[in-house]
Amino acid sequence: MSISVNNISKSFKGKTALKNISFEVKKGELFGLIGPDGAGKTTLFRILTTLLIPNHGEATVVDFDIIKDYKSIRNNVGYMPGRFSLYQDLTVKENLEFFATIFGTTIEKNYDLIKDIYVQIEPFKDRRAGKLSGGMKQKLALCCALIHKPKVLFLDEPTTGVDPVSRKEFWEMLKRLQNKGITMLVSTPYMDEAAICDRIALIQDGEMLEIDTPKKIVKHYSKTIYNVKANNMYQLIKSLKSYQHNYSVYPFGEFVHYTDTRTDFSPIDLQHYLTSKNLKNISIEITQATIEDTFMELAK
Amino acid sequence: MKRFIGFIKKEFYHIFRDKRSLFILFGMPIAQIMLFGFAITNEINNVNIAILDHSKDATTQEIIHKIESSKYFTITASILNETEIETAFKKGHVKAVLIFEKDFSKNLGKENNATVQVIADATDPNTANTISNYVTAILQKYQQKINVAVKTPYQILPKTRMAFNPELKSVFMFVPGVMTIILMLVSAMMTSISITREKELGTMEILLVSPLKPFQVIIGKVVPYIFLSIINAIIIVLLGILVFNMPVQGSYFLLAAESVLFIITSLSLGILISTVSASQQTAMMISLMALMLPTILLSGFIFPISSMPLPLQIISNIVPAKWFIIILKGIMLKGVGLQFIWKSTLILVGMTLFFIGLSVKKYKIRLE
Repeated sequence: MSISVNNISKSFKGKTALKNISFEVKKGELFGLIGPDGAGKTTLFRILTTLLIPNHGEATVVDFDIIKDYKSIRNNVGYMPGRFSLYQDLTVKENLEFFATIFGTTIEKNYDLIKDIYVQIEPFKDRRAGKLSGGMKQKLALCCALIHKPKVLFLDEPTTGVDPVSRKEFWEMLKRLQNKGITMLVSTPYMDEAAICDRIALIQDGEMLEIDTPKKIVKHYSKTIYNVKANNMYQLIKSLKSYQHNYSVYPFGEFVHYTDTRTDFSPIDLQHYLTSKNLKNISIEITQATIEDTFMELAK
Repeated sequence: MKRFIGFIKKEFYHIFRDKRSLFILFGMPIAQIMLFGFAITNEINNVNIAILDHSKDATTQEIIHKIESSKYFTITASILNETEIETAFKKGHVKAVLIFEKDFSKNLGKENNATVQVIADATDPNTANTISNYVTAILQKYQQKINVAVKTPYQILPKTRMAFNPELKSVFMFVPGVMTIILMLVSAMMTSISITREKELGTMEILLVSPLKPFQVIIGKVVPYIFLSIINAIIIVLLGILVFNMPVQGSYFLLAAESVLFIITSLSLGILISTVSASQQTAMMISLMALMLPTILLSGFIFPISSMPLPLQIISNIVPAKWFIIILKGIMLKGVGLQFIWKSTLILVGMTLFFIGLSVKKYKIRLE
C-alpha cells in the first residue's frame, strides 16, 4: 500500500474538518478525492504530507508513519498545494533548478520524468513564474513537484482555475505519469474529471461517502434518471420542484436531471403536467447516472 | 551543503530582483546619515541678529564688532527704537536683538556697571538658549579683557573642556545612532518579512515538505542579510569619516567585530518576529513598533537615558540598541578596547543566544 489511512479525525478549534476517514491507495494507483469546497480535502492532504497532526487515528505514506517518520516522508513525496506556491519572481528554469537542488538532485538526472510536461513550458523558461498563464503555472508546479522522482505525488486541486483545454491536458499528463509507476492522490471539485481516476472517494463535510471505481460508483445509483428539457429553464425547474412525485431535481448543463419517487413512473404523465404549466418544446429521455448524480444522492 | 547553497542563491535572486526594496536598503542609510548630519543639528551658525544701540559709543562699537566677527552671528539690522523690536521678530528676519542702554561707556567707567539686554526669539527654545549662551560668552570674554588691569579679589573661573568631542558636533552622536537604527531595521525587519513572505505565498508549505531542515531554511534566509548589513555598516562608517570627519579612535577590527555581533542580534530578533507572525504586514508592524521606536527613543540615541524616569531607565536595559550605542561611542569617540566594553558585549551575546533559543523553540516544523 502506498497510502493507508486509518480512522483519521481532525478538528480546528472545535470545528470538525475530518471525521473517521479511512481508505487505502495501492501502489501505482491514480486515486481521486472528489468533493466540494470545504469538504476537508486540503486538510487531509496536509495531514498526509506531515504538515498537520491528526487528532485521532493513524496513517502511513510509503509505509512511513506520518508522525514518527515525517522526515522520511518528506524525502519521498511530491506535493503540489492548491494555491500556486512557487516563487513568482524566479524564472521557470530557476524555480525548477531550486527545487531540484533542495531535493539533492539535478534537472538532468530526472529529465525523462518531466520531459513531456517541460517541453510545453520550455519556450518560456526565462520568463518569471508570476507572468505565466494559469495552465502554465500548474504545469511548472507539477514539474517542480516531480523533479525529485517522488514515490507518491499529492496534487491538491491542480486544475482549479485552469481552462478546460489545459485541464484535459493536465489529466492526460497524470495518466502518463501513472505509467511510470508513481502513485497519485488528486483532489478536485470537478466531477467530470473523476472518471479518469482508477478509484475515487466522494467526500463531504469531512466524511467519506463512498469509495469505488468511477464505473461502480455510478452503479450505486439505483434510480432511473431523466434528462428533461423545455423552452424555459427557470420555469422548468420551478415546475419540477413543485411536482408532487419528484424525488430529485438538479440542473445539469442544458438539461435538468429528474428522478421520480414512483416505481411505475411514466414520462407521459410528466409531459402532461409540464404542458399544463405552459412549458413548450418538452423532451424527456432516460439517461445514465453520472458521478455528480451519485454524489448528490449520497450527500442528500 | 549543496542544498544550502542553492537556497542562498535563491534568496539573493529575491533580493536583487526587488529593485524597490534594494533601493530602500541602500538609499536609506545614505539619506538618513545626510539628514541627521546636516539638517538636524544643535549647533548655530550665522544667526541673524539685530542691534539697538542707545549709546553709540566706542565700547558698544567694540562689542558689536566682536560679535560680528564671530562666525555665529550676522548683524542684519540696526533698530532705532523699542517698537521696532517686535516687528523684526514677527517678520522673522532676526532671531535675537541686543539692546545697549544709554550712556553705556559712561556707566561702565563711572559706576563699574553697564547693562546689555538680549532678547531672543524663543519660539525655538533650544536655539534661543544657545544664542543667549553664545552672546553671554562673548560679553564675558570682552569683560575679562578690560578687567586685566584691575585685580578682582575673588573670582572663580571655570575652565571647561569637552572631552572626546571638543567642538560638540552633534553628528558624532548621530552616526552611531543612525548606524544602530539602520542595522536593526535591515536585519530584523527584512529577515522577518522575507520569512513571513514564504508563509504568506504558501511556499513555506513546500519547503516544509522537502528534505530541507528548519535551521537550513533559517540560516539560508539570514546569510544574505548579514552580507547586506555589513555593506551598510561600511557605508555608514565611511560616510561618517569622509563627510563628517567622524573619528574612529579605537580599533577598526573591534568595530567590525562588534558590528557583526549586533547584526546577528538583530537577525535573531527578526527570526523571532517571523516565528510569531503569520503575514508580512504583521511582521512589519511588530518590527516597527517593537524595535524601531525603542531603538530611537530608549537607546540613548536622541534622549539621554540618565534623564529618563526610572521605569524607562530600567526598560532601556532590554533594548539591544542601547548597548550597541555604548559600544560604538566607546570605540569611535573614546578609542577604548574590549576591556572597557566587555560588559555591553556580553549582554549582546546573551540577548542573541536568548533570541535564537526562543526562535528554535517556537519554530514550527508543521503548519500548526
